[in-house]
Amino acid sequence: MDIFLSQVLNGLQLGSIYALVALGYTMVYGIILLLNFAHGDIIMVGAYVSWLVMAQLGLNPVLAILLSIVACTLMGVIIDKVAYAPLRNAPRLSILITAIGVSYFLENGAQLVFGADPKVVPAFTDISTINLGGLALSFPAVVTVLVTIVATVALTLLVQKSKLGKAMRAVSEDMGAARLMGINVNSTISFTFAVGSALAGIGAVLYAMAYTQASPTMGMMLGTKAFVAAVLGGIGSIPGAVVGGLIVGFAEMIVTWLGLSVWKDAVVFLLLIIVLIVRPTGIFGRTMSEKV
Amino acid sequence: MEEEIMTDKRPIISTGGRGGASGSKKTLPMPVRYAINAVLVLLVLVVGELMIDGGAITRYQSTVLEQVGVYIILAVSLNIATGYLGQLPLGHAGFMSVGAYGCAIFVMRMAEVLGVGARDFTTGTPLTVLLVIGGLLVGGLCAAVAGIIIGIPALRLKGDYLAIITLAFAEIIRVVMLNIDSVLGFKLTGGAKGLTGIPGYSSFLLVFACVAIVCFLIHTMMKSRHGRAILAIRDNEIAAEATGVNTTYYKTLAFVASAFFAGMAGGLYAGCIGVLQPAYFGFMKSIEILVMVVLGGMGSMLGSALSATVLTILPEALRAFSEYRMIAYAIVLILVMIFRPQGLLGSYDFSLSRIIERVMNRDFPWKKKDDAPADAAKGEEVSADV
Amino acid sequence: MSSEKKKHRSVLVQMETPNLIPERDLGTIPVLQAEHLGIDFGGLTAVDDFNIAMGRTEISGLIGPNGAGKTTIFNLLTNVYQPTRGTVLVDGYDTAGKSVAEVNRMGIARTFQNIRLFSQMTVEQNVLVGFGNTMKTHLITDMLRLPGHWKQEAEFHDRALELLDIFDMRKYADTQAGNLPYGAQRRLEILRALATSPKVLLLDEPAAGMNPAETEELMENIQKIRDEFQIAILLIEHDMSLVMGVCEVVGVLDYGKIIAKGTPEQIQNDPRVIEAYLGKQEVK
Repeated sequence: MDIFLSQVLNGLQLGSIYALVALGYTMVYGIILLLNFAHGDIIMVGAYVSWLVMAQLGLNPVLAILLSIVACTLMGVIIDKVAYAPLRNAPRLSILITAIGVSYFLENGAQLVFGADPKVVPAFTDISTINLGGLALSFPAVVTVLVTIVATVALTLLVQKSKLGKAMRAVSEDMGAARLMGINVNSTISFTFAVGSALAGIGAVLYAMAYTQASPTMGMMLGTKAFVAAVLGGIGSIPGAVVGGLIVGFAEMIVTWLGLSVWKDAVVFLLLIIVLIVRPTGIFGRTMSEKV
Repeated sequence: MEEEIMTDKRPIISTGGRGGASGSKKTLPMPVRYAINAVLVLLVLVVGELMIDGGAITRYQSTVLEQVGVYIILAVSLNIATGYLGQLPLGHAGFMSVGAYGCAIFVMRMAEVLGVGARDFTTGTPLTVLLVIGGLLVGGLCAAVAGIIIGIPALRLKGDYLAIITLAFAEIIRVVMLNIDSVLGFKLTGGAKGLTGIPGYSSFLLVFACVAIVCFLIHTMMKSRHGRAILAIRDNEIAAEATGVNTTYYKTLAFVASAFFAGMAGGLYAGCIGVLQPAYFGFMKSIEILVMVVLGGMGSMLGSALSATVLTILPEALRAFSEYRMIAYAIVLILVMIFRPQGLLGSYDFSLSRIIERVMNRDFPWKKKDDAPADAAKGEEVSADV
Repeated sequence: MSSEKKKHRSVLVQMETPNLIPERDLGTIPVLQAEHLGIDFGGLTAVDDFNIAMGRTEISGLIGPNGAGKTTIFNLLTNVYQPTRGTVLVDGYDTAGKSVAEVNRMGIARTFQNIRLFSQMTVEQNVLVGFGNTMKTHLITDMLRLPGHWKQEAEFHDRALELLDIFDMRKYADTQAGNLPYGAQRRLEILRALATSPKVLLLDEPAAGMNPAETEELMENIQKIRDEFQIAILLIEHDMSLVMGVCEVVGVLDYGKIIAKGTPEQIQNDPRVIEAYLGKQEVK
């Protein structure tokens, strides 16, 4: 029973991280229809900042968390301003290639600055387990799940209730019309990148907490999986990203538990293919058909 | 050079205003055009081979050249699906790996059965030549089968979803290559350690003969009713259907042709480097090939070939600065996309015959400024809306 | 490709509804028949109980206010939308379950309200795509440039230019379709549809954006196409001069239903039509 529960918690933890990263993908895709390949690498940046602040500078973990989130947020906004903004009206493939270029840049930049070997991120806290009704649960896992719940609720409120959230939804619906209604499209897009990247920053901290590592290419597989999660849930949908993340996390957990961990990537991608064939827009996705 | 555009026999009148010249234009008959190109290809092959034999091109350089050829085939084959069909597959390396393993395993197993030694492949006997050609076809066919399996579900989806599903398939292929041996219970792909001892059957001559053949076949396919149907789907799928184009068939055809040639390239690659590991064929490899196509200009075979050449040679040439070269590569990629989103050549394609015809007609760009820009203009407007 | 070779099931249905057919077309089966055709979009009935039977050389018009469902009917006839109910027969063959391309091969060709050309291809290539199913060379013949390829390309090159001559567009043959002037784009769409050798041609607002002189010319051309190709033409149009000028039968659609049908004269004087267009007027 204990093993089962801790496995479930593992799945939840992994799924939550995927969910946070998937939210970033979904938001950016929702607003400018861009598969932001660099999103996974933003997480890598966040993990390195955590490492830098704690292991190199020896500063407080709380500061590390804050700085990681701030760094990711800034990174997201800068990337948008420098690389994507000039291409707002370009063919979508060009922006996609630019995103790939940014991703290359970040990965190789990190490799140049920090070297190819993974860095060990120190533990953020000494607490490793907490007791809950007689059950010893992994503290990072519990924190991860709680943070993800809070972040998702906050994001939903932001998008549904706030003025900026309404602007975001308007821009994603029809950029031209939103502009005519007096919405500042560019700053709305920047804001979207900021929020998505801040979530990636949180994800980075949680990832570093769980796996205590930072490496130049860590963002690639994490990003790809989170992206799969976003598509699985229906890209553009907030609950979709969360559900997708949890599905991917649990799928990996179950496959690993069965002793088939070498196949876990294949299982995740197979899951994606099956969902896309059955429901081409993902679980929560909206169908958009071309008007003839 | 193979990628000329068929403009013969048409009265060449364009809105550009070269009008009135129709009928009186001198054109090259089709056989002459093909003959010129064939001679040129032969010339390049012979000169290259002589230079390698004479030592003017070092062993290392010729290996790089072979890789250039492999990447040219990969890029022009991906261009069928992206530039011509207008889709965005992100799993080209998957097809390449299927072809590479298929070809290598076929050649190795057959060589074992027939008792052909690895050295025979480097010297080349009629039997090894047959074996390698057979291997390349097997590799291509394996990849084509993978193309059908992937294409049928993938092509029902549109745009980004197609991109994602091809990415997923390629990743699955990689994982399967990595772990298939433990399922089968005998050694097939060699898992993570890789498939070693592949005879070095790829040579400059073989690779570039394949480049010429592949370019020719893609060119002739695209300049036929089949190619027009594929282009029509790219330009407007709904209209193509209403015009009687069997879109499912032609999308699959384009996809499978793209996979087949990628598989062939994989086979050549295997013979070029001698070791195959699933890690070679990850997502980044697919992206690398896509970058070549987009940088060169979607729908331009020459563009694909040129950027494949540059992007293969450049990292080799920059080995001294290896730490910075990938960063430089990334920056160049971003800059090109910002300042020339349609790719370096747009959809312009080079035609030697067209140039000869213009010389025959004394129609030089500095005399009249209209026809050539008509093609260039075409490039400007390529919108790779996927 | 197998679908091309498949024989169409021969289904002949006795149509119940009385229909107007030009006298010259009597005695042959209608080239296009729709019976009780309808579609719902999530509870909303977009088209209901649409019936038509067209003679082989008939020119008919479909008019109605914006949003009445005219284009939806074209989409139903060509299977772009799958009808919720009803039957469509092309030359006596049921189109149920056919793809859009198959319906085209059965004999319906169409144009689009918002022009849909292959804009990066040349004018001639656009027409050649239309000829695609008439051309029979195998992929291998084309890829290896066997003699059959050259023969066929030459033949269809000539046929394409001849077709372009109808609208005097030979001079544009090598122009990129997207660069054509607006009117020429509309004409090219018609020619591309004709290249598929249809039995029925559906024109969706062919005169949209044209000036009166161009519309006048289009009217002549529509008749010319009918006479030369001996096909039926069904058109949607807001330009009443065109509809009343060329159509033999006019149907009026309002809220997805045919509210009146008859000769142009009958339609012009039908109070229901006036009401649909201008609204009801209370007369005391």
